Amino acid sequence: MNAVVGRGKYVEAAVDGGKMKSAAEHKGCRASANTGQASCGSQAGQGDLPIEIWEKVKNHPCYSEEAHHHYARMHVAVAPACNIQCNYCNRKYNCTNESRPGVVSEKLTPEQAVRKVLAVATAIPQMTVLGIAGPGDPLANPAKTFKTFELVAKAAPDIKLCLSTNGLALPDHIDTVARSKVDHVTITINTIDPEIGAKIYPWIFFNHKRYTGIDATRILTDRQLQGLEMLSERGILCKVNSVMIPNINDRHLVEVNKAVKSRGAFLHNIMPLISAPEHGTVFGLNGQRGPTAWELKALQDACEGEIKMMRHCRQCRADAVGLLGEDRSAEFTTDQVMKMDVQYDLDMRKEYQSRVDRERAAKVAAGQKELAECAGEMSAITLLVAVATKGSGLINEHFGHAKEFQVYELSTSGAKFVGYRRVDVYCQGGYGEENRLSAIMGGIHDCHAVFVSKIGGCPKSKLIEAGIEPVDQYAHEFIEKSAIAWFKSYLDKVKRGEIQHVQRGGAAIRQGSGISAA
Amino acid sequence: MPFKIVASQCTSCSACEPLCPNDAISEKGGSFVIEAAKCTECVGHFDEPQCVAACPVDNTCVVDTSLPRYQAPA
Ligand code: SF4
Ligand code: SF4
Ligand code: SF4
Repeated sequence: MNAVVGRGKYVEAAVDGGKMKSAAEHKGCRASANTGQASCGSQAGQGDLPIEIWEKVKNHPCYSEEAHHHYARMHVAVAPACNIQCNYCNRKYNCTNESRPGVVSEKLTPEQAVRKVLAVATAIPQMTVLGIAGPGDPLANPAKTFKTFELVAKAAPDIKLCLSTNGLALPDHIDTVARSKVDHVTITINTIDPEIGAKIYPWIFFNHKRYTGIDATRILTDRQLQGLEMLSERGILCKVNSVMIPNINDRHLVEVNKAVKSRGAFLHNIMPLISAPEHGTVFGLNGQRGPTAWELKALQDACEGEIKMMRHCRQCRADAVGLLGEDRSAEFTTDQVMKMDVQYDLDMRKEYQSRVDRERAAKVAAGQKELAECAGEMSAITLLVAVATKGSGLINEHFGHAKEFQVYELSTSGAKFVGYRRVDVYCQGGYGEENRLSAIMGGIHDCHAVFVSKIGGCPKSKLIEAGIEPVDQYAHEFIEKSAIAWFKSYLDKVKRGEIQHVQRGGAAIRQGSGISAA
Repeated sequence: MPFKIVASQCTSCSACEPLCPNDAISEKGGSFVIEAAKCTECVGHFDEPQCVAACPVDNTCVVDTSLPRYQAPA
């Protein structure tokens, strides 16, 4: 308990330091009145994170929204066994066309896993993070998990290690976690109320027994929160994932948010339930729906003041490889990896990464300049825009080739990343398909504009008809800078009475994980 | 009767393997199998058969009715 209180103080003190730093570095950043946080529109800033934490996470694609444009992560599937059953998971189902969290095509031994890590790190120098996230629970497979970490730490000391767990076994392994140089842990906590838990978890396996119902979830919840406290005491960063399940835990997640914040979690990631019937999960089969994009954003916004919210989670496969949203796991199957000529070159990786850092700095500077000019404007208008991007923080994707759009919320305090929307690629083999277009428009229906590097005439006019402005004049420029510039001209037009601002709403979440097999 | 694993249902997740007090479980051809001669139904070790309790797929670790029931040593 002491440690938690102590940490709270430390966070406050560090926030002040953080603000000073961002004010000095980023001209034009202002503290927003209602939250009191430094609300630098640029996601590059550490926001309200203490500097020490920011240093640890700034190159981690999952923990920093801005980093995920530049850095890649990989998961290795060494942990097939699980010690709990969730109603949103069906581990029987594993097909190569299938792509969703928890699912993998290949299970690896620790030795194969290390070989794969080295092969990927050689081919993708911006790969900075290795995660073990299942397909079962890494701590239900402690021998394989820790062996893998040990081997990777020896062979590739610059790679950060992270671990995702349901938390049931976490208190038992806390010292091993600390010893194995794991610098981030993610615990999935969907509820702190055993009654609600009983609707999510049919059983757990603990102390050589299968427990069901409220007994099961009481044990699970206690162990999760205890594990979180133990991590905080040891100074290991902890993020909490929660799956938002409408009518089961959606309202309750605000409570979860408070509970995990007070125990030292530094980031909360609320993810939408994925529950298509064809996945064969209990929720999928009994018709439990997932949230809409709108519901998800409203909940994330409601939790925002309490703790930093993660908005860019792609709900990756347990064997995902590469930049978030761009899975390259198919290139690194065990067969291929065993054949590859692997030469781990630390210097080459460092050199590459420092180039990436310079690129990032340029992007931040560009955004800040626009923001400084925008800062004089006062307007209550906030709106969403969608961006087609291939990464690097640039508007560099053709509308017809976009597999997802990144959504930014624009206001006079800047452009804030608030999520991404998956869509089916509009352009298949050179021509667009009608019904796909309406599905895409459904997915970004709450946006006022869509930024693309290029767009065909037909989708362009359809978008305009639907009230979504297609914007292609910022092709290959930085997202935030362009979005703010566009927003400025939008406000001007509203002021001059050329257009009337209307609020937009309602967008659907496309089911499936963030990484399509296509 | 010892337990057996219904191969067509086993996801070869390996949850059961390390839990067996008698090392009766091993991987064979992509699925896990129980060596009947070694299985004691966990009698004397645990209240319930560990493979059954840990297996995430219901009705996959089942009693093998073709063999005589295991009798715990007196
Ligand atoms: S599932 Fe979410 S947290 Fe995990 S790697 Fe993918 S984006 Fe990051
Ligand atoms: S019942 Fe017990 S002894 Fe028999 S195979 Fe299962 S775990 Fe092993
Ligand atoms: S726990 Fe069940 S599914 Fe997993 S390996 Fe054992 S028998 Fe197969």
